[in-house]
Amino acid sequence: MMRESIDVYTVLFYFFVSITLVSACVVVFSRHIVRSAFALLFTFFGVAALYVYLFADFLAITQLLVYVGGILVLILFGVMLTNKQINVDIKTGTLHIVPAIILAAAIGGTLVGIAWSNPWMVLPTSSSVKTTAPQIGELLLTTYLLPFEVASMVLMVALVGAVVIARREKNKKETTRDS
Amino acid sequence: MIETVQQFILALLANELVVAVILSVLPLVFVIIYTLVVLYTEMKVAAHIQDRVAYMMTGWHGILQPIADMIKLLLKEDIIPEKADRILFRVAPYVTFAGSYAAFAVLPFTSIYIGANIHLGAFFLIASGSIVVVGILMAGWSSNNKWSLLGGLRSAAQMVSYEIPTALALVIVAMITGSLNLQEITKFQDGGIHNWLIFGGPFPLKTKLLLLPFTLITFIILFVASIAEVNRTPFDLPEAESELVQGFFTEYSGLRFAMFYLSEYANLFVVSALSVSLFLGGWSSPFGSVLSGPVWGIFWFVSKAYVLVLLQIWVRWTLPRLRVDQLMYVSWKVLTPWLFVCLLAVGAILVSVE
Repeated sequence: MMRESIDVYTVLFYFFVSITLVSACVVVFSRHIVRSAFALLFTFFGVAALYVYLFADFLAITQLLVYVGGILVLILFGVMLTNKQINVDIKTGTLHIVPAIILAAAIGGTLVGIAWSNPWMVLPTSSSVKTTAPQIGELLLTTYLLPFEVASMVLMVALVGAVVIARREKNKKETTRDS
Repeated sequence: MIETVQQFILALLANELVVAVILSVLPLVFVIIYTLVVLYTEMKVAAHIQDRVAYMMTGWHGILQPIADMIKLLLKEDIIPEKADRILFRVAPYVTFAGSYAAFAVLPFTSIYIGANIHLGAFFLIASGSIVVVGILMAGWSSNNKWSLLGGLRSAAQMVSYEIPTALALVIVAMITGSLNLQEITKFQDGGIHNWLIFGGPFPLKTKLLLLPFTLITFIILFVASIAEVNRTPFDLPEAESELVQGFFTEYSGLRFAMFYLSEYANLFVVSALSVSLFLGGWSSPFGSVLSGPVWGIFWFVSKAYVLVLLQIWVRWTLPRLRVDQLMYVSWKVLTPWLFVCLLAVGAILVSVE
């Protein structure tokens, strides 16, 4: 029975890996920018599932909440509103092939190198890791308090800045209408 | 030691895969039956609020009408607009429903049944809502229709901004109970109506009275935010019939339309069930140990959620629709600041009591 259950998890693992890889390929190779953006949904989902396999439950759910609920929605808003408004379908093309290949090869080489040289730790599937949220919370409020607070300040400033920029434009419109 | 439904089925069939399949299909059966019941309730309640009687022909007081409607939807032709993005148009209903259905994994229907007993259940429930947002955007965009696109965008903006009050209410509950697992939160409130978090939780009288106003406000805000999360009147701008012709699912028909409908009613149950598990004691009986137990647990959980659904239906047919700016005003300038007040107050009370 134990053997069978491990098989199920392995099959599911490869399922999630293939979802991630296939959708990531669609994101990169699709000529249709909106489809690329929607394919990101499956990439993020697959990555979140892979985090679960690493016992990183908090990270997995945060991945869904922040990347799908925040960043992807933002990208979609941008793409969808611009794509239709100017009445020209934006297609992704290939530009600067040589520099792109060099950059991609450099990044890919670095990643593979790190993956190769890193001493990976293998946890047994019956590991006693239950949840990571309390530890993350404790570390954020003790050891990493300063970076945490700095990050929150940066976010706060960005929020206020966004409001200021949005408001200024509105005021300009109103003054022109008045004059 | 067999303590949960999972372990029981595992002992019976001795195959984890089969157990996983059974457990993931069980809520689906529930969703379908429940949707039929709520469809009927909604039509009848709406009619009686407006001094009508609604359908009376099919069965006793039209009780078979939801089934007839369902068969009609399944038999309808599946139309895809010529200029639509065919792939996205086909995928969108399933993405939306998958998002709504994912939340059922962490709902504790009774003390021995919860799909996935993970520690961050409530957090997961909120995160799964973001998949619904993407599904709705997908539907709105791929229909290639101005009104659908507008409806999709409105819906996304609304769901994203009302996620904040919901999440803050969750933080307050997590502070009091010390857990994000809905099963644990429910167990925390077990033992009678006076232990429910809406009435201050199971604390000594003095602490309870101090907490009571803040938990009550938090519950009301969570309820308002949950109506907005499921896009219902007074927050139904994404589907406003008079402006947008049903919004993001204007172009859908047949089975795909039914998927959206099912997803909407599943969402309705999920947000009600979330409020129930957080503030109304989940599956625990209001009379302490009387009428409690695993089977009664299901009864209490479903009927409490049903009462909240009824309340949402009542609100829907009573209040007019908000404007877009009023919608944002309510979320950012009313609900969120009040929740910050509650958050600070509850934190201060909890610290001072310790």
